[in-house]
Amino acid sequence: MYEIVGRKSMGEGINLYNILAPDIASKALPGQFIILRVYGKGERIPITIAKTDKNDGTVTILVQTLGKTTHMLSELNVGDSLADVVGPLGVPTEIIKFGTVVCIGGGFGIAAIYPIAKALKESGNKVISIIGARSKNLLLMEDEMRAVSTELLVATNDGSYGTKGIVTDVLKELIGDKKEPIDRVIAIGPVIMMKAVSDLTRDKSIKTIVSLNPIMIDGTGMCGACRVLVDKKTKFACVDGPDFDGHKVDFDNLMNRLKFYKEEEKASYECHTKEHHQS
Amino acid sequence: MGEGKNLNKDNSLDTKARLKIKRHEMASQPPEERKRNFKEVPYGYSPEEAIEEAKRCIQCKSEVPECVKGCPVNIDILGFINLIEKGDFLAAAKKIKETNSLPAICGRVCPQEDQCEKLCVIGRRKDTPSVAIGNLERFVADYEAKYGNTRITVKADKGKKVAVIGGGPAGLTVAGDLCKMGYSVSIFEALHEIGGVLMYGIPEFRLPKEILSRELKVLEDMGVEIFTNAVIGKTFTVDELLEKKGYSAVFIGTGAGTPKFLNIPGEELNGVYSANEFLTRVNLMRAYNKSEYDTPMKCGKTLVVFGAGNTAMDAVRTGLRLGYEDARIFYRRSRKEMTARLEEVHHAEEEGIKFEFLINPVRFIGDENQNVTAVECQRMELGEPDESGRRRPIPIKGSEFITNIEAAVIAIGTNANPIVPNSTPGMDLNKWRYIVADENTGRTTKKGVFAGGDIVTGAATVILAMGAGKKAAVSIDKYLETGIW
Repeated sequence: MYEIVGRKSMGEGINLYNILAPDIASKALPGQFIILRVYGKGERIPITIAKTDKNDGTVTILVQTLGKTTHMLSELNVGDSLADVVGPLGVPTEIIKFGTVVCIGGGFGIAAIYPIAKALKESGNKVISIIGARSKNLLLMEDEMRAVSTELLVATNDGSYGTKGIVTDVLKELIGDKKEPIDRVIAIGPVIMMKAVSDLTRDKSIKTIVSLNPIMIDGTGMCGACRVLVDKKTKFACVDGPDFDGHKVDFDNLMNRLKFYKEEEKASYECHTKEHHQS
Repeated sequence: MGEGKNLNKDNSLDTKARLKIKRHEMASQPPEERKRNFKEVPYGYSPEEAIEEAKRCIQCKSEVPECVKGCPVNIDILGFINLIEKGDFLAAAKKIKETNSLPAICGRVCPQEDQCEKLCVIGRRKDTPSVAIGNLERFVADYEAKYGNTRITVKADKGKKVAVIGGGPAGLTVAGDLCKMGYSVSIFEALHEIGGVLMYGIPEFRLPKEILSRELKVLEDMGVEIFTNAVIGKTFTVDELLEKKGYSAVFIGTGAGTPKFLNIPGEELNGVYSANEFLTRVNLMRAYNKSEYDTPMKCGKTLVVFGAGNTAMDAVRTGLRLGYEDARIFYRRSRKEMTARLEEVHHAEEEGIKFEFLINPVRFIGDENQNVTAVECQRMELGEPDESGRRRPIPIKGSEFITNIEAAVIAIGTNANPIVPNSTPGMDLNKWRYIVADENTGRTTKKGVFAGGDIVTGAATVILAMGAGKKAAVSIDKYLETGIW
């Protein structure tokens, strides 16, 4: 069993959990993920690791409540345990000294970009981070991101904080402003955002890495549910990724694959919340 | 049966009388009923049927009976059948367990017709089918589970620990055997439940989870330590197990485990599954029990499975049980080249599965949401034999046709899973990236590391993986006793 030793609400259905999993905490590298099951009859869901603490053996994840599984997770408190946590899975993000790297985190993706930005900064890169959310109160981990970035730029859809607009607007400006060359862009967030970022950098030939989060079951290359098209070839996000060259990813296919079980997920969530309210 | 007539001096039946007894097939759930449920197909023998079937064995006198030569784990087949004939079923179970720790599983999933029953002397005669060795094995294992109390206790007195990577057939066998020899054994399993292909691959109607749990419990009672959610190569590495975790030897039995795809257009569409995904959703994730479990699973009118091995049979019959009205096999070779167990093909046909041969898919077609709606195939003809010795299928020009489908399952085999090989320096791999290991000892090119099962041979059978596990256990013991690599 994997005990929840800390939890914090981050607003609007997003929660942060510190989970006791010393073996994973001591091994995880930026860009890797875990798969968890909330209870013995639940689904396996992949979640990117936001932080690890080798000393107290915890893994930190941020989870947005979207369906039955994440709703059940949101009902757990400190002292409760998860049925299963496995990891660290996936190939870690390539961390070397590139020069200037732009790290982009959209909404929920900020939690996933954080350890990458941190590691890149520690490896001597100039890290320009762009983070975005719908509104100021939904912006995650701003202080943490600021601490690990040479420069932090913020965008909110409603203009309540930073630039009004989306992260790609900020990126566009940054690229257009030819003061310094950008050696690499790493973008994590909604598929649509990663696609927009990749489209933007393709023309400028700036190498762009995205982290894909398709439907997954085992996470060890056994089932192929997480396959994605990269350069028109089938790749498994769990063992070949989750990081891929954004210029080669078929994002439309990924979006469609993510939608496949929407109806079932909706029904299951509705059924669950109904039972929940009755009890 | 002519009492007194066809008897030997010691009052046992003589060969002539034995040959007259007809083979007993197991009673089964009727096809119309079972094709809509996930309950096991055959009911198994009654004690009377088992005794009658056991009487068919002529108890060959040769030093190593033919049937035993066909058994990858060398079960004393003659011995256990003789005990069944005498009605001592618990002793028969004990006899099997001397060499095979998972009889209830082997009795159900072994391809007996290619092994013990293939070599059975009476089966080689024109008019007498082989003794139903598999059915008898299954009977005694189930009988023992119900009435026996053979809790095996062992003392871990060797003072050495062995790590087993992968809780499938190979790993379970190594673990059981080494435990009995007195080693402390830990199994590291990547998934949340052990069993490997027995858990995620083979469906409930062929191997009920209850039976698997029962066999696994025997191992746990023996003292085998089980770590689930432990992905070796990620959570720990082989080197860490040897250098930091105090294990004196490591056995790798991770299975082949990475599905092959057809590499044709449209394969990325929703509704096109690898057999591993399709079966994992239903088995490991229990989509067959959707009132209790959360795993989503689609259903529709037509499902086509590509391939004709055991996995393909499992997938197509699972599809039928999930509610697909029309579940079919499309195979690019002919009936003769199918690799599935005969019983599975027979059961599938009884259940109304359509088999279509000499058909090869060329592309999948989808709708605006990228959900699969059809598959285009071409007809094939058989040419000269290929490297596998089977006649090579060649496309017939202009034979393309389209079949409307809601789901496709690709069951054309697996490749080597990369996680353990890629994280284990100093261990040689072959050109397909399977682990190089000695066939007789399981030794890899890395000191203290052994391997067996599909990760060495490529996709094969449960029993061959168990056979490899048996040999590896013996050679691990030898290595740990002598220290000589």
